Amino acid sequence: MRTPISYFLVVSVLLFTVGTVGVLIRKNALLIFMSVELQLNAVNLALVAFSRQLGNLTGQVLAFFSMVVAAAEVVVGLAIIVSLYRKRRSADVDDASLLRG
Amino acid sequence: MSLPLTPFIVLLPLAGAAILLLTGKRWPGSSAGVLASTLVGGSFVLSVITLFGLLGRSGSDRLAVTHLWTWIHVGTLTVSVDFRVDPLSIVMAMTVTGVAALIHVYSIDYMQGDPRFPRFFAYLNLFVFFMLTLVLADNFLLLYLGWEGVGLCSYLLIGFWFERRAAAFAAKKAFIVTRIGDSAFLIGIVFIWLKFHSLSFATVFGRAHGLASGTATIIALLLFAGACGKSAQLPLHVWLPDAMEGPTPVSALIHAATMVTAGVYLVVRTHPIFEASGTALTVVAVVGIVTAIYAGFSAIGQDDIKRLLAYSTISQIGFMMFGAGVRAYAAAIFLLVTHAFFKALLFLGAGSVMHALPGDETDMTSMGGLRAAMPITGATWTIAALAMAGIPPFAGFFSKDQVVAAASGAGRYGLWAAALFGALLTAVYISRATFLTFYGKPRFRGHPHEPAFRMRLALVLLAMGAFAGGALGITATNGILAKFLRPVVGSVAEATHGLSELWLAVVSVVVAMVGIGLAAFVYLGKVDWQALRVRFAGPKRLLQRGFYVNDAYNGLLVAPGQAAAAFLAYVFDARVVDGAVNGLGTLFRAAAGAGRRVQTGLVRNYALGVLAGAVGVLVYLAVRF
Amino acid sequence: MADWYAFWVTAPISVLSAVAMVLARNAVHAALLLVVNFFTLAVFFLILGSPFLFVVQIIVYAGAIMVLFLFVIMLLGVDQVIPLRDQMKAQPVAAVLLGAGLIAEIVLAVRISIGFSHKVLPDFRSVNAGGNVQALAKVLFNSYFFPFEVTSILLIVAAIGAMLHGRRKIGEEETIDVPEPAPIPAPAAEGTAR
Repeated sequence: MRTPISYFLVVSVLLFTVGTVGVLIRKNALLIFMSVELQLNAVNLALVAFSRQLGNLTGQVLAFFSMVVAAAEVVVGLAIIVSLYRKRRSADVDDASLLRG
Repeated sequence: MSLPLTPFIVLLPLAGAAILLLTGKRWPGSSAGVLASTLVGGSFVLSVITLFGLLGRSGSDRLAVTHLWTWIHVGTLTVSVDFRVDPLSIVMAMTVTGVAALIHVYSIDYMQGDPRFPRFFAYLNLFVFFMLTLVLADNFLLLYLGWEGVGLCSYLLIGFWFERRAAAFAAKKAFIVTRIGDSAFLIGIVFIWLKFHSLSFATVFGRAHGLASGTATIIALLLFAGACGKSAQLPLHVWLPDAMEGPTPVSALIHAATMVTAGVYLVVRTHPIFEASGTALTVVAVVGIVTAIYAGFSAIGQDDIKRLLAYSTISQIGFMMFGAGVRAYAAAIFLLVTHAFFKALLFLGAGSVMHALPGDETDMTSMGGLRAAMPITGATWTIAALAMAGIPPFAGFFSKDQVVAAASGAGRYGLWAAALFGALLTAVYISRATFLTFYGKPRFRGHPHEPAFRMRLALVLLAMGAFAGGALGITATNGILAKFLRPVVGSVAEATHGLSELWLAVVSVVVAMVGIGLAAFVYLGKVDWQALRVRFAGPKRLLQRGFYVNDAYNGLLVAPGQAAAAFLAYVFDARVVDGAVNGLGTLFRAAAGAGRRVQTGLVRNYALGVLAGAVGVLVYLAVRF
Repeated sequence: MADWYAFWVTAPISVLSAVAMVLARNAVHAALLLVVNFFTLAVFFLILGSPFLFVVQIIVYAGAIMVLFLFVIMLLGVDQVIPLRDQMKAQPVAAVLLGAGLIAEIVLAVRISIGFSHKVLPDFRSVNAGGNVQALAKVLFNSYFFPFEVTSILLIVAAIGAMLHGRRKIGEEETIDVPEPAPIPAPAAEGTAR
């Protein structure tokens, strides 16, 4: 294998940052949620890359768990978005600002 | 060796106070008064039993200390709650409980119908508890506890009718003025502890004679300052005439018979310290006699019957202090006991008169000739007045005579003459009060009548005491009281100077007769005394205002104090303190107003904060790396 | 060498699809771009010697999760244009700046730690001996058995939670807090109808 692991890490951080910026700049709950998925995937990539770098499978196992958790999170998160939409007729997170000081 | 009933003497009134304070409203009618009187009466009975327990022992063995518990134990300071029964304290305890019981009985009728009837008796009981703590204490701190406690009760009872502005002010004044003396007393106690490393009477008095003269003087004068405050001696006497705003039984019990004599008790109790100094005793004697004469003059100028009695109390306590100052301790205590009887009687008589006249009249110029309408009150008052003036065989004669004679016996003729002059004034002012109130032409309004049965009962019993109390001390050296007190105060020195005791007595009686005659000439004879009042309005006013001492205090101390307080309250507090506090508040309000804008309620803003934090942490790690 | 080419083909697609997803105006487009991104990640997993995760990534993410997303998008209204404009002017700027900072920092960290040079990596064939799935199963069921079982609880709880959230009570007030409901696009109305 010729590609240095650090390249994958760079891709990982790029994806993670894009996801982060997405969370921060989008107002639509669905898109924010997709950006969160992107962040999770970026981290998974980093984990698998570390696994390859270190020569054991623990990183892959952790990525596997991460996927399971992500699946659960998506289920609950989407349910919340749906119920929020039902209540407010909007999926805009800026509309939910009851904590304003 | 202890006398097992001792703690119960103290605890009965405490129980009464606690019961009445907690459940006072549940006691219907006058039952609260009956309960309180019964408990104090029980206390008196226990004192008598204890007295007999003491009498069953030989002279030098008459001391019993009951240790209850260790109160304070800090470092080397150990203070116990110990009650000391010796001849002096049991005499005081009996006087207190006896007079207090009669005044309680009197108050049941006197205070009838008062909306705070149970509370009155709760306070009275509390007072008796503290007073007994004071006289039975075996160390200075416990004594001080009682001392402050009676001050508190005095405050509560002077201001019992606190709806009246004058009463509220008088209560405050009494508390503040006595506090001056109390502070000195407390400092004195601290000095005692520094010198002796103990506050127990036995230890302190056992080692007092080894004290350096200067130290002893300082301690003794500090203690005496406390005594001056409590006993209304010059220059701290100004609170007592005002204290007459309280209910009359309170004046009788606290401001005549018991609390105000606590100062005399203190001087007598701590006499080893005073004797170690020598100078201090002279101060006591001089302050005492000056007060006696000053208050005697002031009493002559009073028209208000209660204020007259208040000045008379100051004057009589001055005599007691004088007696203690010339080392006639037994005579001082003797005068204290007889004074408790006849002065309480005088106050209760005044209370009866006030009750009988419309609008609680206290002005003697609106009385006169009340003897016919109120024979019992008139007769008992007259007995008390004769006792006070010093006419044999009434109690006051023996006690006052012995105090006066002690000065002569010690060879201090100047003080003796002054004391005789004081006695003359006493005879004048008390005769004046008697003649103005009960004799002469009637000037009163309404239809006076004798008071209720329980009030009459108290008057008669006290009159018996005032009449027969002299039996306790027929002669200065061999009287019952003098002998009984000998283990505590030492034997009375045989008169080494001057006239024999009999001749001194004759002189005293003559002086008293002259005083009475003078008053009779003016107030019963052909003299138009009401014209004299107009003609000598200036001097009269001088006497009535107590030589303007109170006014001087008002001008020199109270007014600047109030001005300073007003400045602090309305200028400093409003501008500086409130300004600082409000400024701080405004500052935080502004900061919060700016800070709250961070809380947009928008999740994405918060997420941005998280990211900024993460980046910041990484920067920090990178820099550190 | 194959991995080198594969990486350079996949990586730009991955990053560009991510950026495009974040900037998409249409939710369906965003979802599809996310699927593309998921596939590229699956390729990376394959390059990194994890065929199992490659498959799981495609089945779980690109399959199950994306279907869920699309389902919700349909439910909420498929042709809504989601504006990119933001009332908070500073928020996007700050986000981009901080994101750049994050990238810089982590690239620096990677450079300092493992570096960008071509190094000999540990032999992964021995690790994956007997097949990646078998090797992973050995690790998973030996060292991580308990967490693995716990995930089952997590999934059940998530399923129940989603049910509770999605359930609608009979006669429940449809909206709160919004005095005047925004006009509902036709498909959404269909989705939220009883």
